[in-house]
Amino acid sequence: MTTVNGATNEDYGKLGKTLDELDDRFGISKGGRNLMDKIFPDHWSFMLGEIALYSFVVLLATGIFLTFFYVPSTNLVVYHGSYVPLQGQRVSEAYASTVNLSFQVRSGLLIRQMHHWACDIFLAAMVVHMARVFFTGAFRKPRETNYVLGSTLLILGIVEGFLGYSLPDDLVSGTGIRIAFSIIESIPLVGTYIAFFLFGGNYPGPAIIPRFFIIHVLLIPLIMLGMVTVHLFLLVHQKHTQFPGKGRTEHNVVGTPMVPIFAAKATGFLLMVTGGIALLGGLAQINPIWQFGPYEASKISYAVQPDFYMGWLDGALRIFPAWEWTGFGYTIPLEVFIPALVIPGIIFGIVQLWPMIERKWTGDDEMHNLLDLPRNRPKRTAFGAALFSLVAVLFLASSTDVVANFLHVSLEGTLWAMRILTIITPFIVYFFTYQICKELQKAPDATKRKRANVVKRTAQGEYITEKAPERPGDAHVELPAEPVPDFIDLGDEAPAKAKSNGHLDPVTENGVRQVLR
Amino acid sequence: MSAEQRTPVSFSVAKADDPHMQPKARNPKRTEALLALVMLLGIASLIGFIVAYFMNAESWIMGAFMGAGALLLGFGITAWGKYLMPQGPFVEERHRMSGTPDQRARFKAAVVQRGGGILGRRKVLAGLAAAGMGIFGLLALVPVIRSFGPLPENTLGVTQWKRGTKLVDSTGRGIHVNDVAVGGVVTVFPEGMVNTDNGQAVDQTILIRLTTQDFTTRPGRESWGPAGYVAYSKLCTHLGCPVGLYEQQLQLLVCPCHQSMFNVANGAEPTFGPAPRPLPQLALYVDDEGYLRAQAPYDQPVGPGYWTRS
Repeated sequence: MTTVNGATNEDYGKLGKTLDELDDRFGISKGGRNLMDKIFPDHWSFMLGEIALYSFVVLLATGIFLTFFYVPSTNLVVYHGSYVPLQGQRVSEAYASTVNLSFQVRSGLLIRQMHHWACDIFLAAMVVHMARVFFTGAFRKPRETNYVLGSTLLILGIVEGFLGYSLPDDLVSGTGIRIAFSIIESIPLVGTYIAFFLFGGNYPGPAIIPRFFIIHVLLIPLIMLGMVTVHLFLLVHQKHTQFPGKGRTEHNVVGTPMVPIFAAKATGFLLMVTGGIALLGGLAQINPIWQFGPYEASKISYAVQPDFYMGWLDGALRIFPAWEWTGFGYTIPLEVFIPALVIPGIIFGIVQLWPMIERKWTGDDEMHNLLDLPRNRPKRTAFGAALFSLVAVLFLASSTDVVANFLHVSLEGTLWAMRILTIITPFIVYFFTYQICKELQKAPDATKRKRANVVKRTAQGEYITEKAPERPGDAHVELPAEPVPDFIDLGDEAPAKAKSNGHLDPVTENGVRQVLR
Repeated sequence: MSAEQRTPVSFSVAKADDPHMQPKARNPKRTEALLALVMLLGIASLIGFIVAYFMNAESWIMGAFMGAGALLLGFGITAWGKYLMPQGPFVEERHRMSGTPDQRARFKAAVVQRGGGILGRRKVLAGLAAAGMGIFGLLALVPVIRSFGPLPENTLGVTQWKRGTKLVDSTGRGIHVNDVAVGGVVTVFPEGMVNTDNGQAVDQTILIRLTTQDFTTRPGRESWGPAGYVAYSKLCTHLGCPVGLYEQQLQLLVCPCHQSMFNVANGAEPTFGPAPRPLPQLALYVDDEGYLRAQAPYDQPVGPGYWTRS
């Protein structure tokens, strides 16, 4: 890189003038330039959060579309729409409007299914993103706040997903609302009050669909939007973490600048996420409420599963023993309260407080901008894997009836198998993850090269890991990182217009590699 | 324009042949052509979506065009950034989050001194202001507590079943003692409550005919099952789902939500699953015209447990 002199305000034509005008009013030049030069480190795992962000954008856009057609009312109407099997049935306006927007509004079904798929992808992406942050230690000082914000967004996302799933007032979602009422009722002392205030009375109450609607389309999205904004602001302000590597230290960031490289990649990725959701929304049916029929409190459907993010709670409810506590004239339905509220409370509590817990445990109060390799923190990695496995087993437990049918095992056998698995799996997973981390630590140069090690079997049958011989192309060649230049001297390749401008002719001082800021 | 602004400034310039400025692609010309083709296909597909939309095509056709279009175009743009833009790597220093020791000291002094000095001098006023602001904040919660719904009181403990209430099916017809065959099941409601929210959600009761003889499900309930009819609350005692499946051979009611099972011949005692209590039984009698009626209200709250249940 070289240094050149010479640039005045006339150099950049009309656009330059406009930028001057903007700078006069808003003072954009310093911050704008900093933002353009903002470096984003490259790693595939850093795009997981982007998937969550872009599916959130899709959710907002498709959700706004849906609000124009959905009617949040439980008033009964006679269905006269285009779906023949339902004609003449008395259904709620909420249900009728959802069926109508699916069949009679142009592109309505596509948008509705995209909204549902985007929700599932949003939540899955948040979980995987959070796992990345957890296992690489990205939550450590100074990023604890952003970690807590993010995990709160996951909780809000689950609640928001449940509310949205409830709005069509179909047979399946109605049963879900009934269960939600009973879960709230199970809270000692205040449960019935909370349930009555939320539902406007005893189940089903007069208000639940309109209330869920306003909470779903305004209250929670607004809170989430605010939190996402702060989350992104903190990400930019505190700068992204990076994996250790050549030239990467605690005090710098190595990668690609925001404009134009990261911006191009991110814009394209936004389109790709949207495209993926559109393909799913168009080609993969989801939540066909016209097949479930309208909600009637005395009817129920068989073998319907909730969306995946509710599955683990359902599983916990299935396998927890029937332990209702009564005494002193009071009842605590432990068989509901513990699996539906206490266990998720503990799991989310541990997840949310993890930065504090780890800090207490390790006494580590340093700033960390370089990420951990999961293997180098075997206890954290093993603990995280164990927690994940617990949730995974609970998720599996939500299909006891399906599993029993499929494997021709008795329901009772399946239930006990799930109970035992729930208790022992986390310990097994902890033990094996810990061992794998320790083994990986011993493997020389793992991850530095492709096929860095060779496993050999001796004549006696013993396995030995050895360093592989060097091969050409093994070493990852990377240039030393340099600051982003003000402009690039394109020489002969430069477009005619830029050259004619005169000032791009550099006064090159060969050998001077200096950057002025 | 002032003369000062015209003063030339220094720029850092990267030469076009600087290795940092090289694209990652081995053959940039070919990559460019390929990406142009991909983006072109993407744009064509997006236009295809618009055409499909105006032709009111099937949902899956619109989705396929929109999805393929956005995917291809997005792939083109991302790949342009990844393979054809300067590969770098570039670096930026991280600046300390915190202020200088001097800034910190001045800030702390202002907070502690102003807070402790000026506010602390009038302790009564400071205390009142803090308490007042706290109460002002609580105002936001007041409507949540009492405007949003009635107090629960005993609502959860009662149903519309009274002494003499006639059992009717979902069309509002009474149940004659000869209506149901042995092994048959009907969901019943208190007369007049069929099409109400409460009738549907709370009072729903499942009527099963076990035999043709009077049936006693449990000692003390000798007169509750006239002509082999027994009636139980249809709300699962676990989470309130309708206990909608009846396994006739085993005389078990099964809740499809979480697989609780209730033995109807034995007072609906739970035999499996997470339900903690039997379904409450409704005592029946046959009136002079041969229709089934309730002898009395349920002797306990129906549905799942809650704090003040017992």
